[in-house]
Amino acid sequence: MSELFAGQGLRKAYPGVVANDNVSFSIDEGEIHALLGENGAGKSTLVKMIYGLVKPDEGQMSFLGAPFAPPEPRAARAAGVAMVFQHFSLFDALTVAENVALGMENPPKPARLAARITEVSNEYGLPLDPHRTVGDLSAGERQRVEIIRCLLQDPRLLIMDEPTSVLTPQEVEILFATLQKLRAEGTSILYISHKLEEIRALCDRATILRLGKVVGHAVPRENSAAELAEMMVGSALHRPERELTPSGDIALEVSNLSVKSANPFGTSLKDVSLMVRKGEVLGIGGVAGNGQDELLAALSGEATSAPDTVKMHGNPIGKLAPPARRKLGLLSAPEERLGHAAAPEMSLTENALLSARLRKKLTNRDFINWKATQAYAEEVIAAFDVRTPGPHVAARSLSGGNLQKFVMGREIEQKPEVLVVNQPTWGVDASAAAAIRQALLDLAADGAAIVVISQDLDELMEISTSFAALNGGRLSAPVPVEGLTMERIGLMLGGAHDMEVAHEHAEAPA
Amino acid sequence: MIRLEKRPNASKAWSYSTPLLAVLLTMIFGGLLFAALGKDPIAAIRTIFYDPLLGQHAFFYRPQLLVKAAPLILIAIGLSLGFRAGIWNIGAEGQYIIGALCGAGVGLAFYPTESFIIFPLMVLAGALGGWAWAMIPAVLKTRFGTNEILVSLMLVYVAENLLRGMAVGLMKNPEGFGFPGSRNLAQYPSATSWISQNAGLHWGVAFALIAVIFAYILLTRHMLGFNIRLAGQAPRAARFSGVNPTRLVLFCLGTSGALAGLAGLFEVSGPAGQITTDFNVGYGFTAIIVAFLGRLHPVGILLAGLLMALTYIGGEIAQSQLQLPAAAIQLFQGMLLFFLLAVDLLTNYRIRLKQGAAA
Repeated sequence: MSELFAGQGLRKAYPGVVANDNVSFSIDEGEIHALLGENGAGKSTLVKMIYGLVKPDEGQMSFLGAPFAPPEPRAARAAGVAMVFQHFSLFDALTVAENVALGMENPPKPARLAARITEVSNEYGLPLDPHRTVGDLSAGERQRVEIIRCLLQDPRLLIMDEPTSVLTPQEVEILFATLQKLRAEGTSILYISHKLEEIRALCDRATILRLGKVVGHAVPRENSAAELAEMMVGSALHRPERELTPSGDIALEVSNLSVKSANPFGTSLKDVSLMVRKGEVLGIGGVAGNGQDELLAALSGEATSAPDTVKMHGNPIGKLAPPARRKLGLLSAPEERLGHAAAPEMSLTENALLSARLRKKLTNRDFINWKATQAYAEEVIAAFDVRTPGPHVAARSLSGGNLQKFVMGREIEQKPEVLVVNQPTWGVDASAAAAIRQALLDLAADGAAIVVISQDLDELMEISTSFAALNGGRLSAPVPVEGLTMERIGLMLGGAHDMEVAHEHAEAPA
Repeated sequence: MIRLEKRPNASKAWSYSTPLLAVLLTMIFGGLLFAALGKDPIAAIRTIFYDPLLGQHAFFYRPQLLVKAAPLILIAIGLSLGFRAGIWNIGAEGQYIIGALCGAGVGLAFYPTESFIIFPLMVLAGALGGWAWAMIPAVLKTRFGTNEILVSLMLVYVAENLLRGMAVGLMKNPEGFGFPGSRNLAQYPSATSWISQNAGLHWGVAFALIAVIFAYILLTRHMLGFNIRLAGQAPRAARFSGVNPTRLVLFCLGTSGALAGLAGLFEVSGPAGQITTDFNVGYGFTAIIVAFLGRLHPVGILLAGLLMALTYIGGEIAQSQLQLPAAAIQLFQGMLLFFLLAVDLLTNYRIRLKQGAAA
């Protein structure tokens, strides 16, 4: 098989860090090539070089045998490189076809484009109606919009950044079938993921990065997930231990909670009830956009409800605002790190103040004790191995995984009695994710009640004692995790009764 | 090709040096402009920047500098709090007028009684007047979600009409031979804001300095200041932190209104002396520029207010002594703001020169 892309001695340095150093690797035609590495290993920078978003300081790239140095993404796209980003760039209020047209150089007439979208979506088994409004689509369907947008350019190389993090097991299967079909047609795919089992199932070769350097090449099928993880981390991966014995005391109780979403495209909560005992970890699964943000807001206090709908240790707290709930020991960490859990332009010290003020007594009569605040930020940085020059840097300058560690650490170090987290390890590398999960389990072992909202089912199975699924704003009755099968979970996620319909919809041509 | 690259962290060094760089650029390009008009550029720049401060007649101009800068600083400090929180009070001019009307009203009602209590009452009335005028957009915003920019701005025109009505009606000087305008408060010892007219000191100058200090402490040490910054930079994070947006809107608009009202009162009972139909000279609008020129920082606003006053006074001198056209002076002031905003980019971005074909 001939070589499609090759990078030789690529280097990119930012002030203070070398993101890539002497990176060489190649992708063959019709190959699914995995890029493996911890957060901050330099995967994103490498991919951005190929896509023309970043220019290498040193080194050469070649594409189809010719020297390749795209000055901007447009040039990369013209050469045949397409990319599906981890975070979608779609407009909720526009239709699928309108969104696709926005990303094109010379969009065809709307009717023609819609026909093309339907054609491509049928060809690759990605059911998608071009006339639907993106705001109404699930995360999996949104991803299909991005993929189809790429496929319309007939790319030679398709780059996918963490594509399965927002998908249900069923949707992952559909995606894999599509990628395999593309491979059979000769399209190469550069696949970035932390999920080692996925890479073993799908990818032909893997390049493993650590701290900006290539530490090895592997054929994933011939290595176990543990071996790959060791190459990636450089040491044996620590798996969280779980020895939880929920006591009888109910820490958090939600009964018949209905909250209207603050977002016009959000999902309102409908009649949600749950109960978490001390020492228990309740895992809440579900595909993105089924009420996760709303549930977190209702528990954190950002959205208030009738007093009796949310109770902590038997006391009604539904009407209380976030600070009052924090005082009682109910802490939370939202999914969106930049702009919600943390203020991007503010320093880590200031971001420590944001939610730790009351429990860490960082203010005296509303006057801020900056010394104590900085000390707390440093404590979190040390305890959670946040890689940063210091607490004075702006939150936005941290990589996603590092900021996530800081945000999680900020809440966990406050020793909450009840902790609600949404996507606690989203975008975090395997070893850091393991550390965060271990910290959550330790917290539960000390008697805290924990609610973990996550789209990563493996994560939920690993740390939860009980499991419930969120679907269309409704929460299924929690069941013990012991003895739960993937099939059963899949049914719960689909809302059980309408699961059949959803599946049919996925199979039928749109 | 020049390309901009976002800095991972805002540069401290640049955020301090950009205002100086902007002044320098203004001097250079302003000098070119004056030279093109056939005037000696060095002399013109000297007249504008040097003479009012250290020139032969500086003893006369320096007090004026304080008188001009004080209301600008006082108003801009109030506005900067709201601007930082993303609450846009554009109607300080109206709050300034209403503050002046309320304060002057109290003073005129006591005329000609002499008592130490009159001036403090006027101060209170001035602040309350400005506060109340700002509460209109605040309450409409929190209650009905109206846009505070439009409402506060439109209320300026309402206030201006009210001012005209008062100057020719209720507040007209009964001994003024029918001319529009109130009694002169500067000549009413219990009601004047002057401390020393020769030194350019009135209570507005004192309040401006106090406001700078309070704003500085509020923004750097107090939770309320932190919440203001947080709400402006990341509204969702502010909600997560527990900031009550309604209370923040009421506080920011209320404070900026009260400070603008105070500025109006100090002006009417001192430098202006009386309520006239055109008593307001646009301090409320200029203060918006001052607030941004001082990059919404209290100390920056203090310096920006003084700089703005300097260009006004220096510009007037240049007009009378060098016969520079007024438009050239306005252009010069515009240049200052333009350069400041332009070089401001360097705080958050660095300029990269792109290599051409080599890449």
